Amino acid sequence: MTHVKHVTRDWAAEWATGGGEPLRFLGPDGGLVQPDLPRPPDDLVREALRLMLLSRALDEKCTNLHRQGRLGLYAPVQGQEAAVVGSHLAIDPAVDWLVPASREQPAMLRHGWALDRMLASFLGRIDAARIPDHVRMLPRQQSIAAQLPHAVGIAWATSIRGLDGVTLAYCGDGATSEGDFHEACNLAGVMGVPLVLVVINNQYAISTPVSRQTRATRLADRARGYGFPGVAVDGDDLFAMYEVTRQAVERARAGQGPTMIEAVTYRMSFHNTSDNPSLYRDPSEVATAGQNDPVARLVAYATGAGVMRPDAIEAVEAEVRAEVEAALDRALSHPAPGPEEIFRHVFAD
Amino acid sequence: MRAEKDVTLLEAVRAALFDAMEDNDRVVLLGQDVGRLGGVFRATEGLHAQFPGRVFDTPLAEGAIVGSSIGLAIGGLVPVAEIQFLGFLHQAFHQVTQQLARYRFRTRGRFHLPVTIRAPYGGGLRMPEFHPDSLESQLANVPGLKVVTPAFAEDAYSLLRAAIRDPDPVLFLEPQRLYRSVRGRVPHDGAADGDFGARMRRDGDDLLLVSWGPSVHACLAAADELEERHAVRSAVLDLRWLSPLDHARLHQEAAVRRRVVVVHEGVRTAGLGAEVVASLQESLCDTISLPILRVTAPDTPYPPGRLEDAFLPSQDKIVEAALKVMDRP
Repeated sequence: MTHVKHVTRDWAAEWATGGGEPLRFLGPDGGLVQPDLPRPPDDLVREALRLMLLSRALDEKCTNLHRQGRLGLYAPVQGQEAAVVGSHLAIDPAVDWLVPASREQPAMLRHGWALDRMLASFLGRIDAARIPDHVRMLPRQQSIAAQLPHAVGIAWATSIRGLDGVTLAYCGDGATSEGDFHEACNLAGVMGVPLVLVVINNQYAISTPVSRQTRATRLADRARGYGFPGVAVDGDDLFAMYEVTRQAVERARAGQGPTMIEAVTYRMSFHNTSDNPSLYRDPSEVATAGQNDPVARLVAYATGAGVMRPDAIEAVEAEVRAEVEAALDRALSHPAPGPEEIFRHVFAD
Repeated sequence: MRAEKDVTLLEAVRAALFDAMEDNDRVVLLGQDVGRLGGVFRATEGLHAQFPGRVFDTPLAEGAIVGSSIGLAIGGLVPVAEIQFLGFLHQAFHQVTQQLARYRFRTRGRFHLPVTIRAPYGGGLRMPEFHPDSLESQLANVPGLKVVTPAFAEDAYSLLRAAIRDPDPVLFLEPQRLYRSVRGRVPHDGAADGDFGARMRRDGDDLLLVSWGPSVHACLAAADELEERHAVRSAVLDLRWLSPLDHARLHQEAAVRRRVVVVHEGVRTAGLGAEVVASLQESLCDTISLPILRVTAPDTPYPPGRLEDAFLPSQDKIVEAALKVMDRP
């Protein structure tokens, strides 16, 4: 166990009094930027790396299937894996709720939505894609930021009913311009609900850069206006994402209300398979962002710190590819919906 | 509070809320000023004290009221949200139409939303802009929503109980003009009828007046005048549920009388009256000739209060339309 507890350090408070730079524990070279920073336990690092590699394998497969005309639109996670996986590792799917935005595939998988079911959703097998009753997760949301008031409501219900459970919600940088973002954050603050909101700032809403969403430098600064802590984190740093989210979850469980975490990252790929990013961003910018690749960073840490040997990582890569192939076969074996499905589930039968 | 005998429509709403909260501790209320004040019309008066921790004043944000109600329902509660006036529901329209109405369908039944949204609407009280707007046709146009409006105190009680018990979202539209002007008896045992049908409010063989909410009373007054002065005997059908519409009852009552006037406070174009006319036409055009006219608000924005009498469907306009439709071959 290499996990070191830093109960005395309040990351949100430290960030609030710092210079506004995102918190970073793990540098791009895979080394800790300071030796005494907390690291997740080794088994969590291995779980994280597996999920991140699975997410990449899924991105690759689905993009190829789309190009072959076998799958509809797909929004890859590429570049955002540490932000998604690091935050989700801090919650317990058995009691906590996940409210995704759209491209949080590894979080949805870890929360209990089986890979073949997720693939079924991309393939239009709507009934096979149904979220199982025991999985506390909302579906992907197409209407930007609309899921945030729902997340607040779920967290609020949890506290009204005196139940355990924290709600982890995601949105993107573009979502912060929506009215729903404001109304949800404001209500969350007023009611003091157990909510952790992760804003994945991947710098783009399709083609629109974050500088066109807001004149503010940091999205996490918004939290102060709602009366709860906000903190910006290097979203390509699994360790900082995990630790800051873990602390926010701890606060929420203790009845201390919501936290906003801005994960500063980069969308390395396209918005979705219909997009052409070369029309609006410079290749040099993408190349620079590539140096921060969260998967490469964690691989460098894992091999450098002796958590995993390179051949073990290669074995995991092969495993997750096989897992995607097998899940795809199962997904394709689920029946495609017939026209009668249009009339089902409009109201209770 | 339970089993009040003779009450106003407003008191019937309050009694239904009280009884629903007493019968099911998952029922919670939320909205602007619904707590300590008891709502701007006092519909929730006393409930904040009677049900501690279950009646919530929210920030002034309709989108958050509807959006968080969705989450409250997913989280296991039965939210009854008040939108202070229906005209302000547009501030939450994306949450109503894209989210509330579609969760069951989108998730193939994994989530369903037993959410009731109460909202006062309708004219006659000299209200400021937006407060009297009748938006029912915009809501009836949304698959996945149920829309209901009472015209009598008895219905205010029983239909609100049915709405709260419904496993799907219901927009419960309360005619604000009738809050204190109509009285009725609410059931002693608190039982609610789950009847989704329309109701005949007055019988008559010559003509069918079709309406809902506040206009039902204008129709009843017009029917009396038609009988006394013109010897025309009019039936008045109160649709109550605007979505789903009780097509069968509508067709049945229209077929036997063969003359119909549809009356509503919403504006004319694409108003719900057009749907009623189309439904009758599609069902009956092969068998009978069916003259139908509409009496509605004109296609203008809702005017300032001192002009609203000219805007609203009046007894005079209904009588005029009825006589005209009686003259048709």
